[in-house]
Amino acid sequence: MTFIKLAGIGRSVRLPDGSQLDILTDINLEIERGEHIAVVGHSGSGKSTLLNLIGLLDSPTSGVYELDGNPTENFSSRARARLRGETFGFVFQQFNLLPRRSATENVAAPLLYASGRQVWGRRRAAREMLDRVGLGQRVEYLPERLSGGEQQRVAIARSMVRNPTVLLADEPTGALDVDTGSTVMDMLSQVVAESGTTLVTITHDLSVAARADRQFRLDHGVLTALSAAELPSATARRSLS
Amino acid sequence: MTTVMALFAEAWSEIRVHKLRVILSLLGVFLAVFGMTSIAAAGDIGRQLVSESTDRASGRPATVMVQAYPLSSSPDNERISAALREVVERYDIRWSSLVLDQEIVANFPGRSERVLARSVDPEYGTMHRMVVQQGRWFTASDEQRYAPALVVSESFLTRLGGFDPNDPPTVRLGGESPVTATVIGVVADNDPGLPFAYLLNASAGSWVAGSNPFGQPPMLEMWVPPAQVEEISAAVSGDLMAALPGHDIYADRFDSGEELAELNLVLEYGVRGVGYFALLLGGVGVLNVGLVVVRQRIREIGVRRSFGATSARVFFTILLESVCATAAAGALAIGCAIALVLNLPYDQILNAPIEDLPPFPLQAAVEGLLAATAVGTLAGVIPAIVAVRAKVIDAIRY
Repeated sequence: MTFIKLAGIGRSVRLPDGSQLDILTDINLEIERGEHIAVVGHSGSGKSTLLNLIGLLDSPTSGVYELDGNPTENFSSRARARLRGETFGFVFQQFNLLPRRSATENVAAPLLYASGRQVWGRRRAAREMLDRVGLGQRVEYLPERLSGGEQQRVAIARSMVRNPTVLLADEPTGALDVDTGSTVMDMLSQVVAESGTTLVTITHDLSVAARADRQFRLDHGVLTALSAAELPSATARRSLS
Repeated sequence: MTTVMALFAEAWSEIRVHKLRVILSLLGVFLAVFGMTSIAAAGDIGRQLVSESTDRASGRPATVMVQAYPLSSSPDNERISAALREVVERYDIRWSSLVLDQEIVANFPGRSERVLARSVDPEYGTMHRMVVQQGRWFTASDEQRYAPALVVSESFLTRLGGFDPNDPPTVRLGGESPVTATVIGVVADNDPGLPFAYLLNASAGSWVAGSNPFGQPPMLEMWVPPAQVEEISAAVSGDLMAALPGHDIYADRFDSGEELAELNLVLEYGVRGVGYFALLLGGVGVLNVGLVVVRQRIREIGVRRSFGATSARVFFTILLESVCATAAAGALAIGCAIALVLNLPYDQILNAPIEDLPPFPLQAAVEGLLAATAVGTLAGVIPAIVAVRAKVIDAIRY
C-alpha cells in the first residue's frame, strides 16, 4: 500500500539576481510501507531537498505530495509539525546530537513533543532504545565522549524512539569510515526491519544504496530508477565492507 | 498538562545545560532585585528610625497638644490641670499625659544643683517611646508610693555614682523641706552633661515644689488616631474655653507625622525608581546574551523542529527559559536580601536605638520578583521570535 506519493513534484528557489534555480524537477515517486529505498546522487543534486520535502521540513513549489493518501499542501504548520514528530524520524550526516546532553537525554528529546505517557516515561524508553542499538553501557555518556559510530547509533536510537512510520536517513554513513559505516548500516537495517519502518536513505555511496529494495539516482533535480547493473555486486559489496 | 510539563522540563533542561551562560546573564537581574529589595528594607528601617526619633521628641502620630494661657494673670496650675484632666475623662482618651517643666533642687553628694525636671503621667513613656537604659519607666503603681520615684538622665546618675536595680540610688530633692526620691530608671542624655529628671505628676503635686522659671502652665498631650485630630481638637478647645474663661486655648497637632509621610513618599518612589532602572539594565543584559545564544543554538532549534516542535513550542521554550531563569534569580536575590536585612546589627551600625524593627517589606519582595519575571519575559520575547523565524532546513544545516 502506497504511503508516500510524490507526483510531479518540483522545488525551485529565487536567487538574489532574480533568476530561478530549479532544485527538483518533476519528481514522481511512490513508496510502500515497510519498504527500503535509496537515492544516490552527487553533492548538490537535490538529495537533501527531496528528503526534506518528504519529511515535511520543506514544501514543494509544484506538484502533489500525498502522505497516506492525504495531500500535504493543505496541512497547517502545526499539523505538519505534529506529523513530522509522529510519522518521521530523521538521521543526519553530522548526527546533530544535542551538545552537553547525555545519550539518554538526546534519545528522550523527541518524546518531549509526544503526549501522555510517552512524555512521562521518556527516560525509560530512551534507555531501552539505546540498549537496542547496543549502547546500554553508554546511556549517561555525553556525545563528546562517544566515537563517531556511537554518536550515529545514538542518533538512530533518537530517530526511532517514537516508533516512526518512516525513517529518513541523510547520508547516515557520510561522516564515518567504511567499517564503522557498514556496522551502522547493518544496525540501522536491523532496527527498521524489526519495527517494519519504511526507510529512505540518501547517499552517494552505491554500496549503501545496494542494501535498499529499490534504488534511484538524482541528477540535476531529476529522479530516475537505478538499474541493477549500476550497483556493485554482492561480492563487491562484501569486499567494500 | 503534559505539554506544559514538557515545556517546563525542556526549558529547565536548557537552563541546566547552559548554567554558566545563564548565571552570567542573570547577574544584572540578581543584583538589581537584591538592591531593590535590600534598599527598600533599609529604607523602611531608616524611616522607622527617623519616625521613632521624632516620636521621642514630639510624640507619636497623632499627638495633640493642648495649652491654656491666662490672658491677664499668672497661671493657676491646679485649676488648669483639673480642667485638662476633665476633658481627657470626658472624651475617654486612652493615651494622655499632663506635662509640666520645672526646676527642682537636687542634693547630690557634696553639692546641691538646680535641675530641669519634667513631671508627666506614666503613659508619657509609651507616647514618647522612652528607651530606658537601666531600670524601668513609671507604672501606675508608682503613683501610690510613699516617696517620689525618678527616672533620670545619665548625667544625673553620674552625679549620684551609679545604678543598682537591687539597691536603687536615692537623692534628696527640695531646699527647705526636702524629700528623698528613689531613682527607678535611667535614660540617655538629651543635652549631654546636663542632668535631667522625670517624675510623676502625682509626686510633683504631693512632695516636690519646684519653681517654674519659664512661666509655663501645664500642657496636655493626647495620642489620638490621626483621622480624629481635628474633631478632638475642636471639641477640647470648646470645652476648655467654657471651663477656663479668660484663657487663651491652644489645641493642635504637635507630632511630625505629616512631614514624615511626605519623606516616606519621596523615599519610597526614589528607591523604587532606582530599583526599576537597575532592573531594566539587567534586562538589557539578559536580552543581549539571549540574542547571541539563540543564534548559537540555531542548529539545535532546527533539530528540535525535526522532532515535531511547533513554532509556538519553540517560542514558548525560549521565552520560558528567560522567564524561569530571571524568576529564579529574583527569588534568590530576595532570599539573600532577607538574610542580609534580618541579620544586620542595626544598633551598632546606626548607633541609635530602634524599638520596633520593621518586618522585611513583603511588598518590595513581591514587586521585585514580579518585575524580574516581567523583565525576563520582555528579554525573552525577541530571542524567541528570532528562534521561530529561523528556517528549519537552514537551521539544521547551520
